Amino acid sequence: MSAKTLYDKLWDSHLVKQRDDGSALLYIDRHLLHEVTSPQAFEGLRLAGRKPWRIDANLATPDHNVPTDNRAAGVAGIEDEVSKLQVVTLDENCDDFGILEFKMTDRRQGIVHVVGPEQGATLPGMTIVCGDSHTATHGAFGALAHGIGTSEVEHVLATQCLVAKKMKNMLVKVEGELGFGVTAKDIVLAVIGKIGTAGGNGHAIEFAGSAIRGLSMEGRMTVCNMAIEAGARVGLVACDEKTVAYVKDRPYAPKGADWDQAVATWQDLVSDADAQFDTVVELDAAQIRPQVSWGTSPEMVVAVDDSVPDPEQQDDPVKRSGYQRALQYMGLQANQPITSIALDRVFIGSCTNSRIEDLRAAAAVAKGRKVAANIKQAMVVPGSGLVKEQAEREGLDRIFEAAGFEWRDPGCSMCLAMNPDRLQPGEHCASTSNRNFEGRQGNGGRTHLVSPAMAAAAAIAGHFVDVREMLKEEATA
Amino acid sequence: MKAFTTHAGLVAPLDRANVDTDQIIPKQFLKSIKRTGFGANLFDEWRYLDEGYPGQDNSVRPLNPDFVLNQPRYQGASVLLARENFGCGSSREHAPWALDEYGFRAVLAPSFADIFFNNSFKNGLLPIVLKEEEIDELFQQVEVQEGYQLTVDLQQQTVPRPDGKSYSFEIDAFRKHCLLNGLDDIGLTLQDADAIRAFEEKHRQAQPWLFGAIK
Ligand code: SF4
Repeated sequence: MSAKTLYDKLWDSHLVKQRDDGSALLYIDRHLLHEVTSPQAFEGLRLAGRKPWRIDANLATPDHNVPTDNRAAGVAGIEDEVSKLQVVTLDENCDDFGILEFKMTDRRQGIVHVVGPEQGATLPGMTIVCGDSHTATHGAFGALAHGIGTSEVEHVLATQCLVAKKMKNMLVKVEGELGFGVTAKDIVLAVIGKIGTAGGNGHAIEFAGSAIRGLSMEGRMTVCNMAIEAGARVGLVACDEKTVAYVKDRPYAPKGADWDQAVATWQDLVSDADAQFDTVVELDAAQIRPQVSWGTSPEMVVAVDDSVPDPEQQDDPVKRSGYQRALQYMGLQANQPITSIALDRVFIGSCTNSRIEDLRAAAAVAKGRKVAANIKQAMVVPGSGLVKEQAEREGLDRIFEAAGFEWRDPGCSMCLAMNPDRLQPGEHCASTSNRNFEGRQGNGGRTHLVSPAMAAAAAIAGHFVDVREMLKEEATA
Repeated sequence: MKAFTTHAGLVAPLDRANVDTDQIIPKQFLKSIKRTGFGANLFDEWRYLDEGYPGQDNSVRPLNPDFVLNQPRYQGASVLLARENFGCGSSREHAPWALDEYGFRAVLAPSFADIFFNNSFKNGLLPIVLKEEEIDELFQQVEVQEGYQLTVDLQQQTVPRPDGKSYSFEIDAFRKHCLLNGLDDIGLTLQDADAIRAFEEKHRQAQPWLFGAIK
């Protein structure tokens, strides 16, 4: 038998039927749901008189619309009536169809991509879908995971399958050791800067190499999370002992004899040594510096000690006008040093960077320092209720609050500003989220994507700074 | 699903690369629990000068005269000419819903983001990939000829130009079949219910932990 990539193996082991016309039916093991992309799917089921195929494959939680403060009143406390209706609708749909949901007042509620792995609902070797493009996150476990549209949410509910077409294989290999103060977020931003936001279109990206193996599961999730920003629906990391250790004893993880059998099965969740990839991209980890996005697309990114690029230097006319438009929207000048960009708000959170390790990294920078006077708001939004509890046990909330950060309840929050947390027009935000599109964090808002440590450092300085310098001062002080 | 065979209509050019779904339909409109009502808010932040919110009377909002879809010559356009990586960003199907409701039946671009591409087919909106040079030619044609129309012929897989030149495009056989006949995906898949059940049983035997854990 010919050598297979990890993606090939996952595809083959879930193939129900290859149809003559080139499409295939792929079996789906886990389906995650949130309030934004599911209501029309449930409505569709009802209209057609259909029932979910397999209730126990589904897990739901509201995340996009939930406010991140004053949560005691639950759904009733959501002031925005339209947001409230969406959350109530998810509650009703899950109750009606018998789907398990972590409701707003449940301590397990959180961003769906943080909750799945945390609960062991995300397991190696699974196929996982959700009506959300950042489902790529779960690929960090050696699972085939990707976002789907609402019609597909309905399709998966009704049939437990997806009509799919096999993607191509891309290998992104990051070898070497990351420098001091450089994180998973910087790796993935550097990858996107290199291959562009369309670079991974039509591909499943496997992230490999010693720098990826060296990352914790949290770091691998950060990397896979942003595969979609490189155009790939799927990001993957091979399963290893870190994966197994992370999953062990999680509430929905296999137990007893099942566990032993599962672990044995998961050993095969790696690409064969001689597997062929359609595209290979290599990066040297040692060369990666802390990244900051300057424009309105995640590929518009440079290192913190660089300057904003000059559109005139771009040969491609479409790219040049894109750069010009981005500079205008962002209110920046060509060749301006990144460290000269003053900030108004700082957001630490989102499915990219709201896990415990992210909060620890930010707290390490915030500890004993104060948020700069020009920062109107610096907020920390844990990815789930359980992450919040853990952080509080470690005293991170007190570090943040002493430094002048707001400590919030879990949800998507200012990542996309569907809840009340948002930027005002023209404001610059250092954000640990994944998208810097125009208006993403609020109409007219200007987003700069960074790692949690870089966001915390920016909050302290009031503008971008190289977190390596800030931490070095500390080490020598 | 709405069937698609051929369509002829006025072309509107959107000369930007990487148009993302946040731009196609900004997130405040995703709060709706319905499938309809998104057309008036297509490209909301570019189209209007004020900030839009759900449930507003869009007819009284100040239009941005510089935005291409607001120009008189493109009123009634039903074919959108776009640049590379159109529809990148989120998985929200609200993006094709909004394009469809606005009146677009086809989008022509050198490349599309994968999820958007997929979602479009489910809604009878045809995304067509043409070569970069062909898209460039079309941008030039639209620019110089007011009232420029194109025909999209799904059966033939061609986009004939008014001057007789014609471009061809690729499409999966399955998607073509579904679009031509307006078929419902779910109904089609359920014809294979026995195969799904058989697979599921085998899968359960091999990996029992994948079943029954979440209740
Ligand atoms: S945190 Fe942001 S990117 Fe992640 S699921 Fe929520 S809105 Fe989407």
